[in-house]
Amino acid sequence: MEQVEVLVIGGGPAGMMASLSAVKTGARVTLLEREARLGGQLIKQTHKFFGSYKEYAGVRGIEIVDKLTFLLKEQEEKGKIRILTEAELVLFYQEQTLGYTYKGSLRTLKAQKIIFTTGASERMLPFPGNDLPGVYAAGAIQTLMNVNGVLPGEKYLMVGAGNIGLIVSYQLLQAGASVLGVVEAMPRIGGYLVHASKIRRMGVPIYTSHTILEARGKDKVEEAVITVVDNKYKPITGTEKILKVDAISLAVGLNPLGELLEQRGIKFCFIPELGGFVPWHDENLKTSHPDVYVAGDLAGIEEATTAMLQGELAGLVVAKELRYGNLEEQDKINLITQRLKEFRAGPKSEKTREGQIKLKNG
Amino acid sequence: MDNQNRKISRQLTKSGIPTKTDLKPFLPSSKRKRKGAYALIECFEEIPCDPCFSACPFKSVKEFANLNDIPVIDFKKCTGCGLCVPECPGLAIFLINEDRDDGKATITIPYEFLPLPEKGEQVWALNRVGEIEGEAKVVEVKTYSKKNHTTVVTLLIPREKVLTIRHFRRKDQNER
Ligand SMILES: Cc1cc2nc3c(=O)[nH]c(=O)nc-3n(C[C@H](O)[C@H](O)[C@H](O)COP(=O)(O)OP(=O)(O)OC[C@H]3O[C@@H](n4cnc5c(N)ncnc54)[C@H](O)[C@@H]3O)c2cc1C
Ligand code: SF4
Ligand code: SF4
Repeated sequence: MEQVEVLVIGGGPAGMMASLSAVKTGARVTLLEREARLGGQLIKQTHKFFGSYKEYAGVRGIEIVDKLTFLLKEQEEKGKIRILTEAELVLFYQEQTLGYTYKGSLRTLKAQKIIFTTGASERMLPFPGNDLPGVYAAGAIQTLMNVNGVLPGEKYLMVGAGNIGLIVSYQLLQAGASVLGVVEAMPRIGGYLVHASKIRRMGVPIYTSHTILEARGKDKVEEAVITVVDNKYKPITGTEKILKVDAISLAVGLNPLGELLEQRGIKFCFIPELGGFVPWHDENLKTSHPDVYVAGDLAGIEEATTAMLQGELAGLVVAKELRYGNLEEQDKINLITQRLKEFRAGPKSEKTREGQIKLKNG
Repeated sequence: MDNQNRKISRQLTKSGIPTKTDLKPFLPSSKRKRKGAYALIECFEEIPCDPCFSACPFKSVKEFANLNDIPVIDFKKCTGCGLCVPECPGLAIFLINEDRDDGKATITIPYEFLPLPEKGEQVWALNRVGEIEGEAKVVEVKTYSKKNHTTVVTLLIPREKVLTIRHFRRKDQNER
């Protein structure tokens, strides 16, 4: 059976950084990505990134992917890393034996250390009519629009005023669509206010303390019914409003994608602040299995910046455990831990901080 | 001036539209307004972001003690070069010039829509909720950021509207 030193599963920002830092420390890496290209969520991010200029802030997501891909290809040419795209991990047996599909066949391999960076999947929302054609997850719309160049509707209702809802609304406007409103059940906007101000001045109303009641239409979405909700998120009758839209975009959160780890018996905790069921992990991203690590959205829903920092950290720690590197590595680990802490110091990361505490307490 | 931990209005947190009170601490003195263009940063909440600081060649944006700090401009140092405008991922920085003899002002807006307007074109100037405030003339269109290609468009507007006009729409474009 094929033997590898470090196996990274998922080629998003976390997986790319994990691979790079493990390779740079001296380890040999195999990276599996189920899509045809690397980049994960970032390939559809055409907007400029937040964060520190040290971690690519002000650069567009898609351009970050190009930079990281270039660095990975350099290592590939040197024979330090093997990158397999259209390779999906499907099985995680006893010990460190794993099964993945590649070019139509199932292959197995054994890995000394494994870093899972499989990201997250988008949540749906239950309401009458949510199965009508024209109801999409926001990320799916982004892929259609920014990767495939297809706009699935002309007039949209966005559900959710977190960063994803606000950013995808903006991108819809850029693509020439109209957004008739953004509804948010919470009494305040969840995403960054600068994103909200931006779409507001382009004429998009933001309805806080509102939710979608129903999608109506014969064969596809023709209108959406929205309503005011009280402070217990219960719809208030008589406040309904009809919006003539042909598409509804749901940006109501993400769930970490960890089924394979769960099947393998790795410990999970339910922490709503981190996105639901997340694999338990320590400060160095090690799970309850001593050879299995996690990073990025899988470890708790956050952002690309933290996903990259976590990936970098996991890659370093794993390489160090395999006795690569030298004393300098510990300094690097401390530095990344410090940067993560600084990034999460603001009020917008309160939930993440609470989640981290719960995680610590198991 | 301490803009950290300042309370922001409910209106802003519910709609994305700042009130006069939200804006006030971020404005330059009336004396400074008469001394050339200045950058106005409309970023009121602590978020982990700092390109405005790194973009300014004159160190006019105060160094952040923490990445989450609210940006504060030292208007004495700001030369009005406008380099920060396209670098802000929140599109929250505007360059304003009220120092003109004709009683008008210019506002430079980051603009990420295609096709771009042309110099000399008349456009609809929009306010903070996207309503038309009147016509405005495009006096400059520049794409100078190598990092992210955001274009900046300068409009000639009435001086009393420098805090009102925040966007524009080309006349042949539909309402969104
Ligand atoms: C609309 C939107 C806007 C955003 N804006 C910002 C922003 O401005 N700033 C910011 O910092 N962050 C932003 N983010 C968040 C950011 O994109 C994510 O936090 C980040 O991509 C998470 O990285 P990741 O590597 O953990 O996961 P992902 O990017 O999701 O990557 C996971 C990868 O794993 C692969 N994979 C999954 N399962 C398998 C398997 N079994 N086998 C092989 N491969 C597998 C997937 O195909 C994918 O490529 C935004 C997200 C969205 C949706
Ligand atoms: S306009 Fe120029 S000098 Fe003023 S803050 Fe922006 S970059 Fe600095
Ligand atoms: S770059 Fe823009 S969004 Fe980021 S902190 Fe500065 S003003 Fe705010």
